[in-house]
This record gives sequence, structure tokens and C-alpha cells, in this order.
Amino acid sequence: MTEKHLSTQFDAELTDISARVLEMGGLVESQVAQAVYALTTFSGDVATQVLEQEQRVNAMEVEIDRDLSTIIARRQPTARDLRLLIAVSKTIGNLERIGDEAARIGRTVQRLLNAGVSSRMRLPVADLQFESELATRQLRKVLDAFARLDVEAALEVLKQDDQIDREFDGLMRKLITYMMEDPRTISASIDLVFVAKAIERVGDHAKNLAEVIIYIVKGADVRHNTPEAVASMMR
Amino acid sequence: MTATLTLPERPPTLKAESKNLDFYYGSFRALKSVTMPVYEHKVTALIGPSGCGKSTYLRCYNRMHDLYPGNRYEGSIDLHPDQVNVLHPSVDPIEVRMRVSMVFQKPNPFPKSIFENVVYGLRVRGEKSRSFLEDKVESALKDAALWDEVKDRLDEVAVNLSGGQQQRLCIARSLATDPEILLFDEPTSALDPIATGSIEELISAIKNQVTILIVTHNMQQAARVSDFVAYMYLGELIEFGETREIFMKPKRRETEDYITGRFG
Repeated sequence: MTEKHLSTQFDAELTDISARVLEMGGLVESQVAQAVYALTTFSGDVATQVLEQEQRVNAMEVEIDRDLSTIIARRQPTARDLRLLIAVSKTIGNLERIGDEAARIGRTVQRLLNAGVSSRMRLPVADLQFESELATRQLRKVLDAFARLDVEAALEVLKQDDQIDREFDGLMRKLITYMMEDPRTISASIDLVFVAKAIERVGDHAKNLAEVIIYIVKGADVRHNTPEAVASMMR
Repeated sequence: MTATLTLPERPPTLKAESKNLDFYYGSFRALKSVTMPVYEHKVTALIGPSGCGKSTYLRCYNRMHDLYPGNRYEGSIDLHPDQVNVLHPSVDPIEVRMRVSMVFQKPNPFPKSIFENVVYGLRVRGEKSRSFLEDKVESALKDAALWDEVKDRLDEVAVNLSGGQQQRLCIARSLATDPEILLFDEPTSALDPIATGSIEELISAIKNQVTILIVTHNMQQAARVSDFVAYMYLGELIEFGETREIFMKPKRRETEDYITGRFG
């Protein structure tokens, strides 16, 4: 396979932009992990850090977007180069939204702390941590798949998304039980519902990224299909 | 792979087709068994590196190679719907060139008036009626988007026109004989971007009345104007497909390497 372009500068630009997407991915992955850590430990400091990181993620998105336009204008890419750049554009949009979800969790932690909520209330934060581990694992997997353009790994991510959805449904039932048993937890439990939803959305974004990877490699638009249908489309 | 198989909304009609077309310059085999369809009222772009045989292929369609001794065709090019093999020795090349017209890289107006340039083919064919010729000049120049610029000076010599205008005049000259297929051999490589834009616009406008085959070195031009793309390399057809598919997800690695600039 001929990997290199006649223009080495073009190669350098593509490599650079892919590397920065991965850097941005690493940043939001740790942002989500930290946000959930802030929740499980009721740490206001960590929550503040998460919110500070959001600015960096946003700035990275803007920067990568600007460079994308420059590459498209100057190189007029086609085929896999074009697919890669379209994919980068979609990927950073999804990553930025993951950053938003992490920030949402961070703000929720701050609100809970201001309302005097603490570990003494025995909220089911450990379950939230489990859900978030599933989501960040998906995110890490999909970023690895992006780095290696590995469609099999991307397909695995698609297949495992319903695990997070199931976990989310279980959490809902648990939180409803808490609220019914002790109405004093209603306000905090509603906040946790939103956190659980935010984590579930992180999983959805990871799934979107997996679809984007399949698009880069196979040129197939596999959105809105079941993982089984996607697998057969890739054959 | 089924996922990338995108068919056009309506299946196009076949206008011409080369079958196992070989072409020899003396003993050099410049085309190797090229089998390819050309669809009616569509623009088909031939792309590939220099020396790949795309111009050679184009010139087979109106028997241009007949002009030099030692050139030899094998295989066939059938025009539809009457299925005439234009390469058959019994077929008169002059007849072929009436049906399959050509526009060259450099504008080549004859050293005559604008009017006489446009009617040249018709006069060769024996048309004498002044009113018929006048009507033809107007319609051909309008089709070539040149009428408004020259209608008041049809008797001026054509070589005084700008490069872009000269090229549009050559297109009008080709259109005047109502050809079925129009061949373009890098029609804009000698023109500036504005003139290029007007020729490309013209190509899109006239494809309703004529089938177009275009050789271009400008990949973006192929992407802009064509409906189908044929990628050739070393005298062989490597891949033929819809333009959208070729530029987004070609089936062959070689095609992808070439259009993404990885060809070395």
C-alpha cells in the first residue's frame, strides 16, 4: 500500500490533525472520569477542575476546525483523505459534546455540595461510577480504534453500547426506589438522574465515533443500523 | 462490498461502447483491451497520468489516428442505437466525424470569420441555404454561450477573439453539425480560471443534447463536470464508475492512490 502522498507537507498535515484529535479525545476521556470521581467523592475542587478543562476542549475544537478548513481549501482532498477529514470534523463535534456532558456532571456536583448533600445521604453513586466506567471504557476503545483505523474494534464498540443503556435503565429503577422510600432524597436523586443520562450520552457519542471510523475505512454510512446490520454491511 | 454500491436513480442509456479495444502506434501497444461504456447525455471523464492512453482512447472515437500511417485498431467501438462499429474499415471516417466531433486543448479557429468558422462543417456537408446556415450559427453560438458577445460582429476574423471565446467558438463549430458525441481533449488547459469556469458551465448546459467524453489532467475538473469517471493507467482501464463513487470511495486501490495524490 502506498501510504505517502507526493506532497510530504500534506502527509504532515493529516498526521498532525489526527494526532490532535486523539489528544482532544484523551482530554475528554479524563474529563469524564474526573467528573464522576468528583461525584463519588463529593469533591468541589475536582468539579471545578473539570469545568476549567472544558474551556481547553472547546478551544481545541475551534482550532482543529480551523485547520480542517485550511487543509480542505488548500489540498482539495478526495477519497480516503476526504473521508478522514469529514470524519475528523464529526469526531471533534462528538468529543466536544462529551466534554459538555462532563461539565454538566461537574456543575451538578457543585450544586449538590451547595445544597448540603454529602456521602452521609447514601445515594447510589457507586452504580453511577460503574455506568461511567463502561462509558469511558467505550470511549477509550473507540479512540484506540480511531488511532489504528480498526473497524473490528469499532464494531465491538457498537455492539457494547446497549450494555450502558441497560445499566442506565437499572439506575433509573434504583433511583425511583430511593425517592419513594425517602422523599428527602428526591431533589438529589433527580440530579443523579441527569448525571446518569449524561453518562449514557457519553456512550452514545462513543458509538457515533465508532460509526465514523467505519466510514473512514469502508466508505459506508452505517448510521441508524443495528450492530448486526452494520456487521453484514461491512462484509 | 454492497454498502458502497450506489446506482444512479435512472439507469442511463448506452450511447457507445468500446469492446476489447487495442490500439497500436506501430508496434507499441498504447491501449490494452479497453472495454468501457459511454452513457447518453452524460459526461464521462478520462483521467490518469501522462502516457496512460486517455487521449489515445479519445481519438479512437472519431478515427483521428487514421491520419497517421502505422496506427492500428483492434476491437470495436459501437455507436448506439444503430450499433455501428466506427472502427470498421468499411465505415467512412468523415461520416464518423460528423457524428463524433472533437474540441482540442488549444483553441484552433480557422483563419476565417466567426460565421464561417461555425458553418464550416455544414458547408463541407453541402449545406447552401443562407437562412438555414444563419439559424444554425445563432443556435450553435447560443448553445456555446457566445452569441451575446459576438452577434454584432459575426464577420470579424475569429482569431481576434480571446482564448476563452475562441474555445467556445470551437465548441459552437462542433455543435453546428449536431454531433451525437463531443470529445474534449483537455479543453481548458490553455485557459484562465474564469474562461475555464465558463467552459465547464457550458459542458453542463450542452449535455442535454450531446454525449460528452472529456480528457482532463485536472482532477477537480473531472469531479466538477463529469457523471462518470474512467481511470486509466499504462493503456489499461483500471476503474470505471460514477464520479461520486470514484471521488469518495473508489473500488480499486490504484485509483484511490492516484486521485489522492499518492501516485509515485
